[in-house]
Amino acid sequence: MAPESTTALRRLLATREASVLGALAVTVIAASFWVDGFASGRNTGFLVLDIAAIAIIALPMTLIIITGEIDLSVASILGLTSAVMGQLWVMGLPLETIVPLCVVLGVVLGAVNGLLVTVAGLPSLAVTIGTMALYRGLAYVVLGDRAVADFPFSWTGGATARLGETQIPWIALLIIVLALAFGVVLHATPVGRALYAIGNNDEAARFSGISVQRTKLGLFVTSGAVSAAAGVFWTLQYASARADNAAGLELSVVAAVLLGGVSIFGGSGALAGVVGGVLLLGTIRNALQLADVSSDTLSIVTGLLLVVSVVVPNVAARLRQRRRTTAPPPGRAVTPSPNTRTKQEVI
Amino acid sequence: MSASTTTPEPRLKEHGGGDAGAGRRIRQVREAGILLALVLLIGVTTVVNPNFLSAQSVRDLLLGATLLTILAVGQTLVIITRSVDLSVGSILGLSAFAVGSLFVAFPDLPVGVAVVAGVLVGALCGAVNGVLVAAARVPALVVTLGTLYIFRGVDHWWAAGRQINAADMPSAFLALGRQTVLGVPVLALAAVLVAAVVGWYLASYRSGRELYAIGSEPDAARLSGIPVDRRVFSAFVVNGALAGLAGVCYAARFGTLDATVGTGLELEVVAAAVVGGVAIFGGSGTVLGAALGAVLLTTIGAALPVLRVNGFWQEAVVGLLILIAIGMDRLLSVRAERRLRGGESRGA
Repeated sequence: MAPESTTALRRLLATREASVLGALAVTVIAASFWVDGFASGRNTGFLVLDIAAIAIIALPMTLIIITGEIDLSVASILGLTSAVMGQLWVMGLPLETIVPLCVVLGVVLGAVNGLLVTVAGLPSLAVTIGTMALYRGLAYVVLGDRAVADFPFSWTGGATARLGETQIPWIALLIIVLALAFGVVLHATPVGRALYAIGNNDEAARFSGISVQRTKLGLFVTSGAVSAAAGVFWTLQYASARADNAAGLELSVVAAVLLGGVSIFGGSGALAGVVGGVLLLGTIRNALQLADVSSDTLSIVTGLLLVVSVVVPNVAARLRQRRRTTAPPPGRAVTPSPNTRTKQEVI
Repeated sequence: MSASTTTPEPRLKEHGGGDAGAGRRIRQVREAGILLALVLLIGVTTVVNPNFLSAQSVRDLLLGATLLTILAVGQTLVIITRSVDLSVGSILGLSAFAVGSLFVAFPDLPVGVAVVAGVLVGALCGAVNGVLVAAARVPALVVTLGTLYIFRGVDHWWAAGRQINAADMPSAFLALGRQTVLGVPVLALAAVLVAAVVGWYLASYRSGRELYAIGSEPDAARLSGIPVDRRVFSAFVVNGALAGLAGVCYAARFGTLDATVGTGLELEVVAAAVVGGVAIFGGSGTVLGAALGAVLLTTIGAALPVLRVNGFWQEAVVGLLILIAIGMDRLLSVRAERRLRGGESRGA
């Protein structure tokens, strides 16, 4: 192989996406060998249903974090949607009407976030901590601590239905389609490039003609709509509309996105990494549960993964940088050529 | 809110106040605002139901506000430096369980030792956060999101489904949760003391002022010779220690401990600080404001049922308050900025 392509290959393998996907592959193979029942179609189906909501919401969250913003209200939007869905069902509306209304509600809730961030110019972290409490609170106002569970089986069974004779739930297909759609938008369109530009320097992005505010507003609206759709799915999946549905899920979503290599500062990350991050967290959780490892170990593993995946590359990069600045190779030019730099990294 | 950016403010030209003046004014307006809201809330609630200000319910209110105040004071230290600590709920749970376990293992342990142990557990957790944030220079949001899971996991692993009850703890310790001095609960006094000490430190000590400098402009702080990493580390350790103290207070007050204690508390704590005027992106805010924010949030929780408002409204009201608070900050800072700009143009 020519040296240039070796370097390119090495660089590709060194990306966060590659390491996440590699870790995923190792986990899947190890679990298939050592965990009874992991590699069954039945279990794969459970796994997919388990991570469905996180996977769907993580897609718009990725785009938002890449622009340097964050949306912590996603799980509350899910909960409020679920509560409204339950209340409307109790009031006697047909689900054919309720479901589109719920998605519209998500659009409105997302627009509120987006307008507070763009028009009012407030930091999204603070705004969505506020709306997280507000939306969750409204969910309790709408439904209290009641649970609505008498949805028709044609809908609840439909939500978890499998594809034909396989054990794969249809939602897996939807997730794949959505992930591809978000991936194409992010990596192959001007909109996607604009998101990176905004995340790197939103002032510069604005001067280069990108309508930063409108883009961010669009992202928050998308996030709201997707979270509401996930709320509809969640309600049908568990056949239970409750105000506290998915409480705390926002942290799992953010954890999956960051684990997938998206920088919390914005400007970098790839959708493949995020899909890998969601699957990695879900697979570890599933395998440990099957292996009868208690839920406490699960949260320790989740936390360690997150910390290690962010801390180690950072410390490594800093050490490397220090070595390079304190001990320049003797007799070399000040700026090393790409090849020597790669060599140094390998050493 | 958009009106604030378009309406010209002719009055502004009268004051050409400096940066510190504008900042101080914002904070004073803010703290006065919370105090006013608090007084109004208590006034209206008392008119509706005079029992709201009975000695017993005031005592309950103060006890309720104690935990949140201690946590919010610690969180203020961290947020001022442009960080955040999402793991405080887990730290509180872990140190509460540690105190309970100590008593189970050594029933005759002196109360003071248990309190110190709880605080130390918290400080240790804070040191873990601090090392990760300061040494690796990884955003605190990510690190503490991770340690939120880790500390909680350790708590679960340690508890292994057990529950520690009041019967397992000495009555002298549990009395801490009920004792009063001149009608004021001891725990509430502890919270006031914590707020006073930390507030005084932030206002009067060089290293305290440096925390603000770090939060306003970390790079500039570094260049001007402030030991940024060490200060940030210390802020996390102190915040952890205070979360540990809150865990001790929890154990003394409720007497029933399992691995879920303090779950989900982190956002309420951040909310209290934000409502109290601590800017989420660092550089400004006071301990007094954060403490008032904590008391306000707790009072709302106590007042709603008395006002016959469905208790389910509580969280929604808290959310609205956060939004109003950050909106107000924005409004005031836009005004202050324009005021400064006015002063500049006259000066130039």
